Amino acid sequence: MTESTIIETAEQRILQLFTENKTLLDEGAGSLLRNHREVSMKAFQRMGIPSRKVENYKYTDLTKLFSLENYNRAFRPTSFDFDMQEVFTCDVPEFDTHILFHVNGWYFYQNRTDQFPKGTIIKSMKSAWKENAELVETYYGKIADSSADPLVALNGAFAQDGVFIYIPEHVVIEKPIQIINLLRSDEDLYVTQRNLVVLGKNSQVKLMFCDHTLAIHSFVANYLTEIFLGEDSIADVYGIQNQHNGTAYLNGLFVHQGRNSQLITNTISLHGGIARNHLHVDLLGENANASLYGLTLTDKDQHSENFTSILHSKPGCHSNQIFKNVLDDSSTGAFTGRIHVLPGAKKTEAYQRNNSVLMTKAAKMNTKPQLVIDNDDVKCSHGATVGQINEEALFYLMTRGINENEARLMLMFAFAHEVLANIRVEPLRQSIDRLVNKRLRGEVSRCHDCKLECIR
Amino acid sequence: MLIIKDLHASVEGKEILRGINLTINAGEVHAIMGPNGSGKSTLANVLAGNTNYEVTKGEVTFNGKDLLEMSADVRAKEGLFLSFQYPVEIPGVSMINFLKTAVNESRKYHQLKELSAGDFLKVMREKKELVQIDSQLTNRSVNEGFSGGEKKKNEIFQMAMLEPKLAILDETDSGLDIDALRIVANGVNLLKKPENATIVVTHYQRLLDYIVPDHVHVLYKGQIVKSAGKELVLELEEKGYDWIKKELGE
Repeated sequence: MTESTIIETAEQRILQLFTENKTLLDEGAGSLLRNHREVSMKAFQRMGIPSRKVENYKYTDLTKLFSLENYNRAFRPTSFDFDMQEVFTCDVPEFDTHILFHVNGWYFYQNRTDQFPKGTIIKSMKSAWKENAELVETYYGKIADSSADPLVALNGAFAQDGVFIYIPEHVVIEKPIQIINLLRSDEDLYVTQRNLVVLGKNSQVKLMFCDHTLAIHSFVANYLTEIFLGEDSIADVYGIQNQHNGTAYLNGLFVHQGRNSQLITNTISLHGGIARNHLHVDLLGENANASLYGLTLTDKDQHSENFTSILHSKPGCHSNQIFKNVLDDSSTGAFTGRIHVLPGAKKTEAYQRNNSVLMTKAAKMNTKPQLVIDNDDVKCSHGATVGQINEEALFYLMTRGINENEARLMLMFAFAHEVLANIRVEPLRQSIDRLVNKRLRGEVSRCHDCKLECIR
Repeated sequence: MLIIKDLHASVEGKEILRGINLTINAGEVHAIMGPNGSGKSTLANVLAGNTNYEVTKGEVTFNGKDLLEMSADVRAKEGLFLSFQYPVEIPGVSMINFLKTAVNESRKYHQLKELSAGDFLKVMREKKELVQIDSQLTNRSVNEGFSGGEKKKNEIFQMAMLEPKLAILDETDSGLDIDALRIVANGVNLLKKPENATIVVTHYQRLLDYIVPDHVHVLYKGQIVKSAGKELVLELEEKGYDWIKKELGE
């Protein structure tokens, strides 16, 4: 070919990156996974980078981000010449967890001595493709549908690594598994991460995702986690996002729930440039229970969106959502919550609430509940409030000698607490309480004592 | 201790207080009575620093300092306390954290060392006993789900913790049954010291059977129209507020 192609659009640039790196991307993958990648790329090309005209992306404009970014891609694991444990220490000493690291989307191997019950698999996605192909292929790409969402498709097209967790039937992992996702690079970087978690019948696990930046460069992070909850299984999924303003965090959590299974998610967004959490739960077995909580704190010109969709497919399922936002300066936020009760899903209970506090006149919050109920015999509710701080409560606190600033903080913290109270790991809850408190006070709340100045 | 001179205040442009004059000395208990809408609660709120009310004229000095210049929290730190007619529920703010912050903010203001967690709990136990407040209540969020009586008891408990120089009890008797009233009144009496003063704002005489005032004032249409000793309470009970209105030629 003698003609040089002019790359005009983000989609074209992404397609070119895909074509040029196809061999590298497919490394170690079986035909099914290779096929999934192809299908995902085609789906992405069909849908393109979503503009605000796309209903699901009405509140988060990605076209600007993608037209500007020409970041390096983390197609290969980053090599490090330092000890991760030394650079990054979680400052919650009493918080005993199994720690896993990802650096720029790649599972970071550590000489770990953690003992897990027999049959448990915790390893890099890339090696699971090879070593646990049958298991991975049963679930991979089945929970997050590439044909339905451009970011899911984009993730599917470029996914190379992440963590694969398999908890066998009747196994309970007592200690939380802490998955620390670090972004570290000496140039602007685009990162893809793909996780798969499979819980066997009657098993239990607590997962805690911590997302951080460890460098001042700009990042786009397209993360996606698929979780399958077998019958009677229980999963707690906590996410703490604490990244600098140059980060665009596009995170997807897609869950299939079997009969009687229980899911709790708690998404805490402390800091970031653009953050979009896409939470999708399919209640596929009777009497499954999903509780989704979220707290988002934004300031300056940060933007965040929690986009949820809960599908009630079977009778007797219960879902509850509470999402709260505190918006300062000229930050913007959105909550889009969809509940769909399918025909036949009798005795469904589905609740949803979004409460936001605007600290300034310039801050802006959009909230859009969407209930589709194709059934009777259901209890559903949704509610949304956007307001300022309760002035009566403020006066009450001040008449007790508490200065206005402190009184406001107390009320903000109380507002946030309803979400935080649902964290079922006590040391984690306390630690997040502390972080949120610091964040509300305007102190930088890095939850680790790393030496890098990455909050900007 | 408190000197109010020609105090005028309005809310949303409507004048409620139309020239209040009142002097309160240490050790005194003053009752401010009057029919509904006479401005009793407005006076209490203006003194406490509620910014919904606008002071249009007059001056108030509290222990020699200009009270109206102070924000609500500074007034509290200077020793003024308002027991609310309708205490506010604040879900998510724990009673303990709230009180500890309040007590220590005041201590800091007076350049005293902050109380340690242990000392604070000790003080809290003592005061809880004094006002006979249910132990359970202090483990909850501020006033959240409290009954009417519990809320009022909680106000007196906070008063006990903060040890104000001047306490203003705004309709503390409203919504209280006779037993709760007795407990609340008893708490107030136990907290009484020669160097402190109390203003009891009330519509009825009932509370004044238990907290005996030295001076009684009748507030009507934003002015104090009658002042006398405790005998005025009985007179008002007998003759009702219409008697005052008649005296004023209405």
